[in-house]
Amino acid sequence: MTTGGTTSMTGTANGAARISSIDQVQESLQGRAYIADRSLATALFLALRLGKPLLLEGEAGVGKTEVAKTMADLLRTDLIRLQCYEGLDVNHAVYEWNYAKQMLEIRLLEAEGSAREGALREIFGPEFLIKRPLLQAVEYTNMHPGARPVLLIDEIDRADEEFEAFLLELLSDFQITVPEIGTIKAATPPVVLITSNRTRELHDALKRRCLYHWIDYPSIEKEEQIIGARLPEAPRTLARQVSRFMHELRQVDLYKVPGVAETLDWASALMALEQSDLRQETVDATLGAILKHQEDVTKVSGGLSAQLVATATAGDE
Amino acid sequence: MTADGTAGVLTGREIAAGEELLDRVVRFGRYLRQLGLPVTLGQIMDFVQSVDQVGFAREDFKLAGRATLVTRREDGPLYDEAFDLYWRRSTFAEDAADDDLSNLVPPDQALDKSESQLPPPPNKNREGREGEPERRMGQSEVEEREQDPDAEPDTQLTYSASEALKGKDFAQFTPAEMEQARRIMEEMTWKISQRRSRRTVRARKGAYLDLRRSLRTNMKYGGEPFELARRRQKLKPRQVVLICDISGSMDRYSRLLLQFMHTVEHGLSRVEVFVFGTRLTRITRQLRARNIDGALERVSQEVQDWAGGTRIGESLLTFNTRWSRRVLGRGAIVLIISDGWDRGDVNVLRREMARLQRGAYRLIWLNPLLGSPTYQPLTRGIQAALPYVDDFLPVHNLNSLESLALSLAEVTDRRPVRRQTLHLPDVLNAER
Repeated sequence: MTTGGTTSMTGTANGAARISSIDQVQESLQGRAYIADRSLATALFLALRLGKPLLLEGEAGVGKTEVAKTMADLLRTDLIRLQCYEGLDVNHAVYEWNYAKQMLEIRLLEAEGSAREGALREIFGPEFLIKRPLLQAVEYTNMHPGARPVLLIDEIDRADEEFEAFLLELLSDFQITVPEIGTIKAATPPVVLITSNRTRELHDALKRRCLYHWIDYPSIEKEEQIIGARLPEAPRTLARQVSRFMHELRQVDLYKVPGVAETLDWASALMALEQSDLRQETVDATLGAILKHQEDVTKVSGGLSAQLVATATAGDE
Repeated sequence: MTADGTAGVLTGREIAAGEELLDRVVRFGRYLRQLGLPVTLGQIMDFVQSVDQVGFAREDFKLAGRATLVTRREDGPLYDEAFDLYWRRSTFAEDAADDDLSNLVPPDQALDKSESQLPPPPNKNREGREGEPERRMGQSEVEEREQDPDAEPDTQLTYSASEALKGKDFAQFTPAEMEQARRIMEEMTWKISQRRSRRTVRARKGAYLDLRRSLRTNMKYGGEPFELARRRQKLKPRQVVLICDISGSMDRYSRLLLQFMHTVEHGLSRVEVFVFGTRLTRITRQLRARNIDGALERVSQEVQDWAGGTRIGESLLTFNTRWSRRVLGRGAIVLIISDGWDRGDVNVLRREMARLQRGAYRLIWLNPLLGSPTYQPLTRGIQAALPYVDDFLPVHNLNSLESLALSLAEVTDRRPVRRQTLHLPDVLNAER
């Protein structure tokens, strides 16, 4: 339907053009309360400049999805999100026909006594097409010349191999064929961010097509910065102690190691309880904010939490 | 990939220096491949292209390489080490903003470009992952079309061997008989039971309406829905997870079981393999790259505590905390092969078995000692584990492997009734 525009493939669309260095990515993210280390900023910068998808892997709750949201904000563009699940197919990822509307249209045409020949063509026209995220992303630049959306393909590890194979194809040429309408091609490819929790191994072919970055749990200092950025009202002492506590807690053998998301939940919970520093009773009472398995809670509360609190508050008296 | 990768990379740059860089980068890629990182030419071209974007400040150059060349978390540290060995500090300008290519070529490498100039691998254990066969994509799709949608899985075992050999305990096998058993196993074909996935495929009968196809077909009736097209859930083989005891006498049985798992349709592509003595090690990737003996040989080099006794509970704890989330998705069948001689903490074993059973679709314990008619599961380890086992089966001879194949093929959509007693650590502590 549409053909490639005049913009070049990499780096010249409006958003990306404003980003000229790794430092700028890092600072802009920080300005939007996202603390990224230099390696993540490098990966993002290259994703923008080389026009390649970036695969972000990491444990749950380390801020993978948040990167995409922040990037969209930073580039002043739209975020198009596709949540993956097993059995995700073309109907839910790319496009679907609006069957109810088509049926109604047929009834109307019948009532008008119109010719059937033309009817078939009409009910498979663009106005009956429901556009799903991938088609939206491909079409985006044709609708907003010069702009690149951020396409977030979230939790790809939940999708199955069939979808991975389809995605591989899409990522190579950013074009989608709707048999009844024709081929739609992105004038400028979207900024693609793919996240995975590693609940299964991804196919090597897909990985090779992407830039790769592993987001690790933050260091104590970085986590403290994150709390400061996300919860500006948090007392400094509390933020520091919470970061230290979380750091120590992650060294314990747990079924589910808490991520940054849990840290922020917990810090908010402690603030709601008007705590200005960690106390064992309060910690035990609020463990549910960071530990989500009964076995983990039992393991930590009592003796171990007292120890962790002592480590976290050492030197803060 | 190369088409968009090479174009314009070196424009406006000093050509000779550019070629030198390209050469160096390509050889760096080859070096990484030697170390076992699956680096492709396309990735190398991406790296070259990214240099144009980030410049030659050492740290940025290194990070750009990591973003483009590394595809697995576990390769990160190896890359860092390899980078530091390969790109000497003298290669880089001190000034981060300076991206002049002329000082890229290190003096000691500028003249001789022979292979021997490559620095030695930082960690020899990591080499040899190249040549790892790729999983084929969409394979099950093709197969789906070929087979009759409603056909039962073929559970027939197609081999014949002397009955005497089939009934003989592996422990009494001579090396010649071992070889014979392997050949027999190679001729076996069998399938793992399938699960219904959430993906749907076209079908004559099925629980789901195919609205798109229905509407198309019924256009000829003026849109009146006379014929309804249907879809049904696609069947996929279940994930199998093997957790093998390789301490002492169990080594032989574990090897044969692995050999046997190789004979399943698609080989080991849907099988995750872990081995343990006192510690748990994942060998899935090693097994895909080489044969069983080679892989186990390698593991035995890496695992120092080979004959140091068995800690099943601790090994399962490692599995439950580190691996279960990654390998137990979507109705996995878990096979533990061990004689249950456990030197670890029984309470840990009990707790971890309970947890493992909750995460597994089916938990099968294989015990070669079950082959003996006088065997009674009385050891502390087995006593603790048995309440959480769905099936307790022997694996001491070829006959028992044959019946294992049958039971794996017949794992149904209905899970066996489990009566797991609620595990409360406090209660247990009181018992002690």
